[in-house]
Amino acid sequence: MLVHSRKGKWTAWAVFFVLFLPLFALPLLVILAASFATSWPGVLPAGATTAHYAAATRGEALQALVTSLVTAVTASLLALIAGTWAALAGAALGRRRRAVLDALFMLPVAVPPVVVGLAVLVAFSQPPFLLNGTRWIVIVAHTVLVTAFAHQSVSAALERLDPACEQVAASLGARPAYVLWRVKLPLLLPSLGAAAGLCFALSMGELSATVMLYPPDWTPLTVLIYAATDRGALFAGSALAVVLMTTTLLVLLAVSRVRTKASYR
Amino acid sequence: MGSVTAEKAANTWGTGTSGAGAARPRPAAPRPRPLARLWALPPVAALGLVFLYPLALVVRQSFQPDTGGTSLTPYTDMFASTAFHQALWTTVWLACAATAGCLVLGFVLALVIAFVPFPGARAVARFVDVFLSFPSFLITLALLFVYGSVGMANGLWTDLTGAAQGPFRFLTTPWGVLLAEITYFTPFVMRPLLAAFSQLDTGQLEVAAGLGARPARIVRQIVLPEARPALAAGGSLVLVMCLNEFGIVLFTGAKGVTTLPMLVYGKAILESDYPGACVVAVVNILISVGLYGLYRVVSRRARA
Repeated sequence: MLVHSRKGKWTAWAVFFVLFLPLFALPLLVILAASFATSWPGVLPAGATTAHYAAATRGEALQALVTSLVTAVTASLLALIAGTWAALAGAALGRRRRAVLDALFMLPVAVPPVVVGLAVLVAFSQPPFLLNGTRWIVIVAHTVLVTAFAHQSVSAALERLDPACEQVAASLGARPAYVLWRVKLPLLLPSLGAAAGLCFALSMGELSATVMLYPPDWTPLTVLIYAATDRGALFAGSALAVVLMTTTLLVLLAVSRVRTKASYR
Repeated sequence: MGSVTAEKAANTWGTGTSGAGAARPRPAAPRPRPLARLWALPPVAALGLVFLYPLALVVRQSFQPDTGGTSLTPYTDMFASTAFHQALWTTVWLACAATAGCLVLGFVLALVIAFVPFPGARAVARFVDVFLSFPSFLITLALLFVYGSVGMANGLWTDLTGAAQGPFRFLTTPWGVLLAEITYFTPFVMRPLLAAFSQLDTGQLEVAAGLGARPARIVRQIVLPEARPALAAGGSLVLVMCLNEFGIVLFTGAKGVTTLPMLVYGKAILESDYPGACVVAVVNILISVGLYGLYRVVSRRARA
């Protein structure tokens, strides 16, 4: 407790809420309110309607949502496999090589997403790898962007893992593959779940690399939100944004439930 | 410092008895097996194919002007253009200003959550976590409704004064981008700060207060030194993310605000000038990766 007087406490709280509410709570509330409105003439929005949601859950918008979900799930799974593999392989390496591997896998975080998009576009529009115009170019770009986060959280979890379990299993004669499958991976399950949730959320909200390379028949929801606001349809765009946020939160909630169950086992 | 550092040291050396799993002997570093190198090959090869190979092609294309051949022309052309100079300057000052804003705001907010807790402070901390999982451009979208030409603030003004137009029209200027970036990235500073504050021994604060130190002095002499590593790590991460930010700038739709990522997009997609886009990309990579390397060094020192 830093402040003891009643007056001082109230002052601190007042400062907190004066800063916090307009900056962090207001934006989300405003988007929610706008998604049910048709105009914003004064302090409050006007023209209550659910038409935006009716439009946001069918046709083009529904297809974009499915596109986003398929992209995010595929990219998260690929990133999880690559990141976990790299983390497990890195843990068995010597110190020097391991630092190089870690640095390599963290590099995509530092490179601007737009540049990742440009690079993937340049590389996969020419032989020998022609992916431009297919859905795979979007999935590849998303995988590149989220793998670093999967790798980081799995290697952090590996460091905290009790090496005794592994050693006991090995001393009882279990082969490395068996130890990996029956001891290490089950112990890592909670952090694998956390990593999957993080990758999924990042991929669902990814716009920067996607606008560089999405083909017309594989338009994720974020691109659709941008297209809507760009042509001035702010209220329809808000409804799409609420659909995006709700879907992301629901999946994150489901993943965290699976995770808690896994950690109690 | 005191007991927290002692406990950390005890955990590291395996002599501590507090907390679950603290009394675990530190294992000898596993001997590198020859097979281990082979196992590291597939993920590195995959990363090379989808990330390093494309980056190499970007660098190669930045030396190949559309007129053919290999030359430095794309670089000299780009460095001579005022658009590039402006974008570079805008990117750097926006990122620095946003980082400074995030540090100050994040420090104040985390201070109140950690040391002047109120009912619901935990819920607020959870809310901050949720905030991190949303895309950045939602903030710009929300600001359009709050400060846009037809929005809340201007609506309030016209209702109160009867004027035809409100005074708030900064959204399409760099200030609008700055406000959005500070809003979106402050949680990235708050998270490491809250973690650092939870490790701080509150007994020290009580003792200092008991000896008559005022809150401002406690913050300056006890809290700030403890928070410095977290501030440095969070601040440099936010700096890199601001340099790379694209969604916020794209959504303001402002012609006057061009940052380096925006210039990459404009050159490549709108003008189809790929060599030019690749030059800007290379510059952007150099700045961001250099700063990110610095961040890794700082955050590793902060953990040690």
